[in-house]
Amino acid sequence: MAPSRRTLVLAAGGVALALVPPIAALTNQPFYLDLFRRMMIFAIAAVSLDLILGYGGMVSFGHAAYLGIGAYAVGIPAYHGLQNGWLQWGLAIAASALIALVIGAISLRTSGVSFIMITLAFAQMLYYLGISLETYGGDNGMRLAARSRFGGIVDLRDPAVFYYVVLAILVLFLALGSRLVESRFGMAVRAAKSNEARARAIGFSPLPYKLTAFVIAGGGGGLAGALLANQTEYLTPDFMHWTRSGEIMFMVILGGMGTLFGPVIGAVALLLLEDVLSALTAHWQIILGPILVLVVLFAKRGLFGLLVGETRDG
Amino acid sequence: MAETLLSIRGLTKRFGGLLASDRIDLDVVLGETHAIIGPNGAGKTTLIGQLAGDLWPDAGAIRFGDHDVTRLDAPHRARHGLARSFQVTSVFRDFSALDNVALAVQAHRGSSFRFWRPARADATLRDPARAALQSVGLEARAEVRAANLAHGEQRQLEIAMALATEPSLLLLDEPVAGMGLEESQRMVRFLSTLKRRITIVLVEHDMDAVFTLADRISVMVYGRIIATGTPPEIRGNDEVRRAYLGEDQV
Amino acid sequence: MPLMLALVLEQTLNGLQYGVMLFLMAAGLTLIFGIMNLVNLAHGSLYMVGAYLATAFAERTGSFVLGVALALPATLLVGVVVEVVALRTLYERDHLDQVLATFGLILFFNELIAIVWGRAAIFTSVPPFLSGHFRVLPGLPYPTYRAVIILVGGAVAVLLWALVTHTRLGMRIRAGASNRTMIAALGVDIRLLYTLVFGLGAALAGLAGAMAGPLYSVQPGMGESILIQVFVVIVIGGIGSIRGAIVGALVVGMADTLGRAFLKPVLATMISPPAADKAGPALASMSIYLLMAAVLFFRPEGLFPARSRS
Repeated sequence: MAPSRRTLVLAAGGVALALVPPIAALTNQPFYLDLFRRMMIFAIAAVSLDLILGYGGMVSFGHAAYLGIGAYAVGIPAYHGLQNGWLQWGLAIAASALIALVIGAISLRTSGVSFIMITLAFAQMLYYLGISLETYGGDNGMRLAARSRFGGIVDLRDPAVFYYVVLAILVLFLALGSRLVESRFGMAVRAAKSNEARARAIGFSPLPYKLTAFVIAGGGGGLAGALLANQTEYLTPDFMHWTRSGEIMFMVILGGMGTLFGPVIGAVALLLLEDVLSALTAHWQIILGPILVLVVLFAKRGLFGLLVGETRDG
Repeated sequence: MAETLLSIRGLTKRFGGLLASDRIDLDVVLGETHAIIGPNGAGKTTLIGQLAGDLWPDAGAIRFGDHDVTRLDAPHRARHGLARSFQVTSVFRDFSALDNVALAVQAHRGSSFRFWRPARADATLRDPARAALQSVGLEARAEVRAANLAHGEQRQLEIAMALATEPSLLLLDEPVAGMGLEESQRMVRFLSTLKRRITIVLVEHDMDAVFTLADRISVMVYGRIIATGTPPEIRGNDEVRRAYLGEDQV
Repeated sequence: MPLMLALVLEQTLNGLQYGVMLFLMAAGLTLIFGIMNLVNLAHGSLYMVGAYLATAFAERTGSFVLGVALALPATLLVGVVVEVVALRTLYERDHLDQVLATFGLILFFNELIAIVWGRAAIFTSVPPFLSGHFRVLPGLPYPTYRAVIILVGGAVAVLLWALVTHTRLGMRIRAGASNRTMIAALGVDIRLLYTLVFGLGAALAGLAGAMAGPLYSVQPGMGESILIQVFVVIVIGGIGSIRGAIVGALVVGMADTLGRAFLKPVLATMISPPAADKAGPALASMSIYLLMAAVLFFRPEGLFPARSRS
């Protein structure tokens, strides 16, 4: 049976990503390994956001908060000499999931405009909390004492090893996510987004499912944050700044909302775009801003849809 | 004495100065098909809304079986066995017809915190869904996206979804609205096959459908029920004729 | 007057003054949310534009008051242009599109300001005739400029209240906030109403920005930090309601100012000073969001929502 266009696109993408470290080594351009690793980390964040935004219809404008929580869950233990990666990354996921539970429980009591503003406000609250943590650098942030240690299983100080760890996590995340959105739980969430009144009429109470999805997405963001802290080896409250939330949202839209794989392309595309533009001028945001507006107005289908020729979530 | 399935007492609902429901009393007998008719603005939609759980009354009570459902939200009423169709067709537009009904089966089964197995491969959901589609005559259109179904087919889909939840009460809000003659006759024939097995409350403007299907009819005017009775009784009721049917229509 | 009392009163007045700034932003924004159902993240940009224009006009004319007076209609004009050019297409779109598009506008405006005026903060000083203090109460001198802001804000609140409750335009605004489709059905020229409401909101934001210059730093991005607090005001007060905006602004203004001033010392009496030193500022910065969470827990629709619950 011939593989579908979708399978081919995904396979090609996976192979391309896997080949980056050897190509970077051959061409003696370690910068590209770093760049693509960064893209994949944001891809994980974007995919986690797609779960609630694309599939759940929840416009959460505070997703960057979970990246911040994940980052500090690595940075703070490291500061105190706790380098164990299992501990740090486990804490990153657990803390983000827990905070997502609290924020979600309050925010999901509202909808529409209110929900957007409330998620934004809570993220801002965490941003200010980060700034007030003088011990951990305040608004200047702090250096990561050392990358997470995994006791000899993998050594994240090796750039290529770290790269493949990130790639493996991304692939795993996508695989789990694919199962999740097709499961009964996923269908319930998607039904609530498609037609909430109808979902309620057949007996679904949307809140428990939405909240669970929100928590899962938060945990995913936290893991991305832990990876990001290791990537940059520096963490600041800026990770949680609301403009970062906007950027991640754009990655989802640009790549294709409700496609799960689209946001990966979106992350790559947006970060590449920012890279190219910032090389052109220091005032690159004045170009990026209108580009984003135009994308929203005219190209909402997303890059993944264009590549694969499918319509999005149904 | 016939058993009452749905019992409404003193139901009152105000919107600002407008009294949409004025101390409504109504009993729906188990197994009957009960139609509610009345001119536009009589408050039928508000009544349906309060029965379905979209709105809460300002005063009064609704008993469904053994339960006081007055302040229960719509999902809980659905789980107690109340199913409904909407006045403006409301389905999951981006999902196939089969997906739509399978979701209703899934909601009814109550175990949606499953995260691994694909729902579309789950025979315990798909098989009953196919059966429901077959019962309304839509099995050939199972894989069609709901948005691409014809208007009448979407209405049939809503009924299939309602039936998939194995309800004891079916609340139909203008089931043949917007249908051509042949389509509505087909729908009426189908609904007749449901009589006795399921208790039905329907709001309708189409008098042919009403008089064919209804065991009893209640007439609403200005938020009150002015008469309840069998079709012949309603036809012969002077007050009803004046208020609604019009002298020359019967 | 005992020092402690004077301190508390002074901070209360500061809270009132900050509340006024929040109200000016919130009033316009809550109407825009309520009537046009438009999530406009770029409202903070209008605040920023007002601040920069007031500074520029003041420099040109040599008069602070003239600077503010000119900045108002100028910001209104900018607002109307943005509405006509960029926002009209967004009214029919879903909230996600509005959020993202107005986010793009923020990036654009921040960078535009940075190109024209640079990224460094500009400092404007309080004009001489408004500097200095005056005696609010014996033993309580208060900066004249801040007092003027409170008075201006109070006057605007009264004017807005009169506009909304006693004029035909105000009636349409209230009807629109309560039921949007209805006023369209009644034949009111929607497009004109929307543009007027947006212009009004822009002017108010511009006024807030113009008055903010001497007090807060004027730099690209200044709009966003206050904007998010304005969101909190609106969420607490209820979308679409001027009354909600007033109450919400006062509550948030007070909570934020008093929290920053007194949370650390109050905490220090309960827990150890070093712990209070760390926890105090953290809690203070979180206080208004915790307050928002508390209000939402009991009333998700806010304190005075324009739309009633069903």
